[in-house]
Amino acid sequence: MEKSKLMDAQTLSRTLMRISHEILERNKDLSNLVLIGIQTRGTHLAKRIQKNLSTIEGIKIPMGYLDISLYRDDLNQKGAEIKVQKTEISFDLNGKNIILVDDVLFSGRTIRAAIDELMDFGRPERIQLAVLIDRGHRELPIRPDYVGKNVPTSLKEEIQLFLTEVDGKDEVELR
Amino acid sequence: MKWNRKHLLGLEDLSQEEIEYILKTAESFKDISIRPIKKVPALRGKTIATVFFEPSTRTRTSFELAAKRLSADTLSITAIASSVVKGESLKDTVRNLEALKVDCMIVRHECSGVPHLISRYLEASVVNAGDGSHEHPTQALVDLFTILEKKKTLEGLKVVIVGDILHSRVARSNIFGMTKLRMNVQVVGPRTLIPKEIERLGVSVSHRLDDVIPEADVLMFLRIQSERQKKNLFPSLREYSENYGMSIQRLKNTKPDCLIMHPGPINRGIELASEVADGPQSVILDQVTNGLAVRMAVLFLVAGGGE
Repeated sequence: MEKSKLMDAQTLSRTLMRISHEILERNKDLSNLVLIGIQTRGTHLAKRIQKNLSTIEGIKIPMGYLDISLYRDDLNQKGAEIKVQKTEISFDLNGKNIILVDDVLFSGRTIRAAIDELMDFGRPERIQLAVLIDRGHRELPIRPDYVGKNVPTSLKEEIQLFLTEVDGKDEVELR
Repeated sequence: MKWNRKHLLGLEDLSQEEIEYILKTAESFKDISIRPIKKVPALRGKTIATVFFEPSTRTRTSFELAAKRLSADTLSITAIASSVVKGESLKDTVRNLEALKVDCMIVRHECSGVPHLISRYLEASVVNAGDGSHEHPTQALVDLFTILEKKKTLEGLKVVIVGDILHSRVARSNIFGMTKLRMNVQVVGPRTLIPKEIERLGVSVSHRLDDVIPEADVLMFLRIQSERQKKNLFPSLREYSENYGMSIQRLKNTKPDCLIMHPGPINRGIELASEVADGPQSVILDQVTNGLAVRMAVLFLVAGGGE
């Protein structure tokens, strides 16, 4: 299938820096702000945002990561394919202002599962959503607060995100 | 890898990759028990039955709690409360359970091969929770998981399994699993309790515990199963304990980081001295805690998979 490059390493880095600034603009009080990345690539993006926030503001925002496998609504169809990873949130979520970070927003079902799982850890004050790419086709009423790039896609197309931490390069492709 | 098995009947027919996949999955499940809400919705809507024709406390409760932590509905059948005592055949009993739309049956039976037999005529998934002297796969997975957790690796470790190897399904499953994961397994016990030609399973044999203790990374003691012994296979419990029991004196000859394991229930003073069972090298309670995570992983893989 033909592919086109949506972001190179530099664009990706700038996009994450812009999202980091937007997070700071909207959240004046950083004392109860936490970052939660959705496994696997959302975690790496959250780490980069955490680093950006530290560079800009000089403070380290607490970070956790979430594996949503056990909260999926399609286990019956995909059970055999699902690989359960770790969820690790080492702080209390009650009253926290959470920035949930994922790579690509599509149907919204992953985010629904993530919110359900977060609620099992406590009652956050607010959950905001940051995604690198919003490709549309929502099946649930979920809207991101921070978007790196809106990419209207057809259902036949695929967005592929490569990150240095797992893939050896930073790049976003449309296939 | 992709999990493609509907049943878990033993470790003999699992590949190394499949065993490692279960252990890896269990790692993710361990944290659930320390969360504020100790429950995930993974098996919501599924019904899991524990069908135990033999007494058990820890395995049955461990499976039941594992199912509940995954949000499945559970029902528990024991032999004394089942229609088997009224003359109903085993096949009819489990088929009636299946007619109640049970998705997974966890079966324990005193006869080897019963879970395999049941799996042939049921649509539901079957998990072997111990069949006669044959296999007890989840206990062996728990043991492997606990060793891995403590030692960070399995390959090359020397494991000594001590006691009634002849009647032990735990030993058999552990031997299958451990040899597949390239661990060195040695079995130790009186000649009457070591099956003939067990070396064919890739293990070495010794009859003297004191000779093998200094080299062991793991010492696994098995319960003397008086209920399975129809004849006297050793002179007395006292003599058995003197030769094969783990005393404080013997503990001094172990490597400082040697793990002491026992699948439970322990006959205190026979297989293990109380000071050893409750001592710092003992991981017996870790085995119980890990049992939950491993059984959650197994239920998730066999019952949570594709229809």
